[in-house]
Amino acid sequence: MAPKRTEAISKEKILQALEDADTTFLKEDPLGTDMVLNMGPQHPATHGVLRILLRLDGETIIKAVPEIGYLHRGYEKLAENMTFHEFIPHTDRLDYLAPLSNNVAFVLAVEKLAGLEIPERAKYLRVICCELARISSHLVWLGSMAMDVGALTILLWAFREREKLYDIFDVLTGVRFTTSYTRIGGLAQDMTEQCEKMIWEFIDQFPEKLQECEALLNKNRIFIERCDGVGVISKEEAIDIGLTGPALRACGVEYDIRRADPYLIYDQLDFRVAVYDGGDSLARYYVRIQEMRESVKIVRQALEKIPKGPIKAAEPKQVLPDKERVYTKMEELIHDFMVVNFGINPPIGEIYRAIESPKGELGFYIISDGSGNPWRLKIRSPSMVNIQALPILLKGQMISDVVAIIGSLDPVMGEADK
Amino acid sequence: MGLENLMGEGFLTTRLESLINWCRKNSLWPMPMGISCCAIELMAVGDPRHDIARFGSEVMRFSPRQSDVMIVAGTVTYKMAKVVRKIYDQMPDPKWVISMGACASSGGMYRSYPVVQGIDLFMPVDVYVAGCPPRPENLLKALMEVQKKVQQGRMAGRREPLMIE
Amino acid sequence: MDEMKEKVLEKLNEHFKHSILSTSEFRGELTVVIKKEDIVRVCEFLKVDEELHFDLLEDLTGVDMFTPSDRFQVVYHLYSLKNKYRLRLKVHVDERDLRAPTVSGVWSTANWHEREAYDMFGIIFEGHPDLRRLYMPEEFEYYPLRKDFPLMGIPGSLLLPKK
Repeated sequence: MAPKRTEAISKEKILQALEDADTTFLKEDPLGTDMVLNMGPQHPATHGVLRILLRLDGETIIKAVPEIGYLHRGYEKLAENMTFHEFIPHTDRLDYLAPLSNNVAFVLAVEKLAGLEIPERAKYLRVICCELARISSHLVWLGSMAMDVGALTILLWAFREREKLYDIFDVLTGVRFTTSYTRIGGLAQDMTEQCEKMIWEFIDQFPEKLQECEALLNKNRIFIERCDGVGVISKEEAIDIGLTGPALRACGVEYDIRRADPYLIYDQLDFRVAVYDGGDSLARYYVRIQEMRESVKIVRQALEKIPKGPIKAAEPKQVLPDKERVYTKMEELIHDFMVVNFGINPPIGEIYRAIESPKGELGFYIISDGSGNPWRLKIRSPSMVNIQALPILLKGQMISDVVAIIGSLDPVMGEADK
Repeated sequence: MGLENLMGEGFLTTRLESLINWCRKNSLWPMPMGISCCAIELMAVGDPRHDIARFGSEVMRFSPRQSDVMIVAGTVTYKMAKVVRKIYDQMPDPKWVISMGACASSGGMYRSYPVVQGIDLFMPVDVYVAGCPPRPENLLKALMEVQKKVQQGRMAGRREPLMIE
Repeated sequence: MDEMKEKVLEKLNEHFKHSILSTSEFRGELTVVIKKEDIVRVCEFLKVDEELHFDLLEDLTGVDMFTPSDRFQVVYHLYSLKNKYRLRLKVHVDERDLRAPTVSGVWSTANWHEREAYDMFGIIFEGHPDLRRLYMPEEFEYYPLRKDFPLMGIPGSLLLPKK
């Protein structure tokens, strides 16, 4: 009796000596066979500030608990204190790898709430922006995932292509990166001839550059061994845990909002939805590569069919007028003043609108009380729900697979933490 | 700080100190504390177009024990501030800090409850870079300003921060 | 879409006539307000039923309406992959009785959404396996998204390391 009791007490005291303000332990046999490892918020491979606590038995993971909130910036509270137009630059910083996509999502939701119809040319331009943003986001995913698994060349090639996209965004919107390009009722400015030429040049040479990257990875024994059969999730589990986007399509579920609930002009375009079976990291890789090729096809079709015309809706009480008219005409000056200071005043009600962002289903739930500020704005972020699936994906894998799995899931913390 | 303590004052030692500072400034290894959107521009500084390797920052060392300059890129929240300070304390002397972007310098566009309104509230800063996010050329200019500081031998305790537009 | 709406209303009226408080429609979206105690049975029925088959819970949030009674609401967005139809359910939660039943037994994605609603509003979900804060640190004592919490926060509620 006596020796067992002292052994338990000495274990207890060692644990108490190790604990401090930052560290806690799981008290079930931690000095026995299990070990707790902290993949902290600052880590080269966690794609941002994500903290994962792993309980290990040797090298195998028994349980994993992700912790988020290190980048919580209070978006929803900020949105209640500013008008709808003032919130557009904030939506850039949500999924900061594809800012144009978030801009389009937010403005679509507000236009549904206000009941605005936008002109055709604006719709085509928004589709081009969304698809270019998808390509740029997937390029970062490709570079990071390949780097995490060990293939460093792909990172530099992917960023070289991304620089060309930055040049296009520079000419189209004025900024390399956080663009704030869309406005309620249309877009900020029109696409010039030079910009159109640059987009054509880019999509003409992009497929063969993608082919170069694929040639390095697709038949590579190391890459396939590290990704095949790693991080498997079944179809029912994926739907139950709320997974959306490429990760869900890699389980065999054909759910793409561009087909299921079409917005803008996607119902008039011809493209395939990439669906693979298997639910492991390799399937997610194939889905995203295929998506990049389909995006190139969509941009080509949109550029061929784009009509000429205005890019802002003609609704003076809710759409910001052009700057030249504001400076010279009285009517437009008054409307500009009213819209900027008091907001667009949509009718009382609530809507939910989702689009297919590169990470999954990005949705905005807006409750309006008739004034210029929203009463409640909820952002349904795909990354937060995708990270919730990590404990299922990580169970039973080895430590070195954690990086490959997070890479294939592609979370963005700016979105997950709002 | 080994090399400084080896010798006292004098002509030869100031020449030697110059030489050591020149070596240090041309091989500054950054520790990228990439938290949010500015981290993407930090990755873009390392890509083939704006090569940061030609300034001597060949590797982005993610381990604080092996780096000289810490680049805080992104919004720092109260939950993350503890972690940033801990990593800063783990870096060996001499060390410098670049505060990249509007969010790290002063809270940026987020005037809300969880965001720290500037990292200089809890750690010393050498160079502030403005922009949301700053262009990679801006960050390279900040690195060059840090190099100037290194050449003049100014570091922890005796620092006056510079502003890059 | 209209036939889906008719089918949903018909089935809900058939099985849960006394749980429905009101229905409304705005911009083509149907909203149904349910009594707080019956929400779990309604959700189970909607998920399992062969025709309706609402198998994806897209979103779960809390709302602070700032009215004297029934101050908070919990809003559920359901989606059916088979029928491509979206439905919104609402539950009223009063300030004096800040509890609501959890639906994480029906869809496991509700786990983190309910943690977020607890973190931001203080609504306690009974039966939740792991109810702790999601975004704010554990020692934070307030609920940020309530209308009476200031935007800049309360000074002294969050601590910084020393310079």
